[in-house]
Amino acid sequence: MKALPTLIVGGLLLAVIHAAHAQGDALKLPKSIEAGSEFAIENAGGGEATLYIVGPSQVMKRNLKAGEAAHFPAKSLYNAGHYVVILAQASGTKTGSFDVTPASAPDKLSFLANPSRLPIGVRRGISGAAYVFDAYGNLMTAPKQVAFELSSPSGAVQKDNVITNFGRAWTQMDSTSQQGPSKFVARVGDVTSERIIRQVPGDPCTLKMTAQQAGQQLALQTEPVRDCSGNAVPDGTIITFTETYVGGQSTVDVPLKRDIAEVKMPIHSGARFSVASGVVLGNQIGWDK
Amino acid sequence: MVGMWFALGWGVLAAQPAVQVDTSQVQGPRQLEEQTKSAAIRGYLKAWQSMSEAFVQNRSDILNADFVGAAKDKLADTINEQTKFGFQTRYQDRSHHIQFVFYSPEGLSIELIDQVEYDVQVIDHGKPISTVPVSARYIVVLTPSEVQWRVRIMQADSERVVERDSSKRQQAS
Repeated sequence: MKALPTLIVGGLLLAVIHAAHAQGDALKLPKSIEAGSEFAIENAGGGEATLYIVGPSQVMKRNLKAGEAAHFPAKSLYNAGHYVVILAQASGTKTGSFDVTPASAPDKLSFLANPSRLPIGVRRGISGAAYVFDAYGNLMTAPKQVAFELSSPSGAVQKDNVITNFGRAWTQMDSTSQQGPSKFVARVGDVTSERIIRQVPGDPCTLKMTAQQAGQQLALQTEPVRDCSGNAVPDGTIITFTETYVGGQSTVDVPLKRDIAEVKMPIHSGARFSVASGVVLGNQIGWDK
Repeated sequence: MVGMWFALGWGVLAAQPAVQVDTSQVQGPRQLEEQTKSAAIRGYLKAWQSMSEAFVQNRSDILNADFVGAAKDKLADTINEQTKFGFQTRYQDRSHHIQFVFYSPEGLSIELIDQVEYDVQVIDHGKPISTVPVSARYIVVLTPSEVQWRVRIMQADSERVVERDSSKRQQAS
C-alpha cells in the first residue's frame, strides 16, 4: 500500500498519516508535526481498530472502522514530545511513533532575574536567565535570539543578545553607578518580560567629621555620607564613633539620618575621636580639655 | 562521568535503569557542586519513578512530590485523559545518559539532557495492548523546592530523538 501524503479537507491542508502495513508491522508515520496542527491517521488495514497515541504529556484514543481515518483538528495534540502510536486490531498490533515539535512562534518567556536589590558598581552582579515557550507552554528548543537590556535611571543601557541553547539563554550585567530602579528586560520577538532591579548606594567612600564643644561634651557630626559615585548612603547605615583616651575607650554606633550621623561624647583629657563605617575609616580628631 | 544504579519499584522491584552522568558540558558561572549534582540526579530519577507509578495507577497525586509547575500540570492532565479513556500506561526506564548543560547564575534552575531508553506499555481495561521501546532525548529543567530538586520542565527534544526499530520489540497481545 502507498501512503497518502496530504489530503485537502475543507480548504485546509491536512496531513494524513497512513496507518497501513507499509513496512512489516510498523506504521508509516511522519517524523514530526508541529504542536497544535491538524492531522489524521488512517486505518488502512482490514477490520476495526483502536488507535492509541501515547506520550507522557498527552494521550488520545479512537475507535476506527476499516478504511476510516481518525481526524484530529487543530489544537488537538499540542504538547511537544515523543508520541508512540499503537493501532490495535483483531489481527495484530502495529506500532510507530512521531514527534510533536513546539510551535514556531514564541509566546511566553520565563525570566529569572537576580538579585532584586544590590549595591551600585558591582561587576557582573546582575544575572538573568530566560526560558522561551510557545503558546502551548512547550519549551522552544530551536535556537532563538533573546535580547537582554538593563536600563539604568540615568538612561544608560546595557545590552546582550544571546542565542538560546536548548530553550534557554542567560546573561550577566554590571550594576550601574547610579542608584535607583533599573529595568531589566528580556525580549524574544514580540514577547517581553520585565523585572525591576533596585540599585542602592554602595559603601561610604570617605568619611569626614567635624567637632564642636558643647559644655562637658564634644558634638561630633559627619559631613553628608556618599558612596564613591556620589550617591547618598541610605539612612540607617551604621556609623561608628570611637573615643580613645588614657585608660579607656568608648564606642557609639549611630544610624545615618538624612545623610549625616551625629553624637555627643564626653571629653577626656588627650582623647582622640575617630569615625568609621564598615571597613571605611574616616578622619581622626584630637581634643584636649 | 559517574555511573550509578537506581532501584525502581512498582510494588515489586523492577529492572534497575543504568545511569550515566556527564557534567563536562555544563554552562553558567555557578559551580555545580558534587552535592548539588547528586541531589539533582536523585530528584530526577525519583521523578521518573513517580511518573511510572502515577501513570500505571492513574493517580496524579503521586506526581506532587517530584514535579512542579508546567511539568506536573501536563502529566496530571495526561493521567486524567487516560482515566477518561479507560487505559493506563506503564513507563519503565531502562537507561539514562544524563548530561548537565546549565546551572543558572542564581542557582534556581538546573537544565539537563537525558538520552533515555524506556518501554511504554498500554493497558486498556486491564488488558495489555502493546509494549513499545523508545529511545528519546529529554530536556529537563529542575528547580529547588523545600528539600529536593523537582522537575519543572520535561519534554522530549523532538529534533534529537533517536528512533529505534520498534517493530522488532513490539509485543502484540
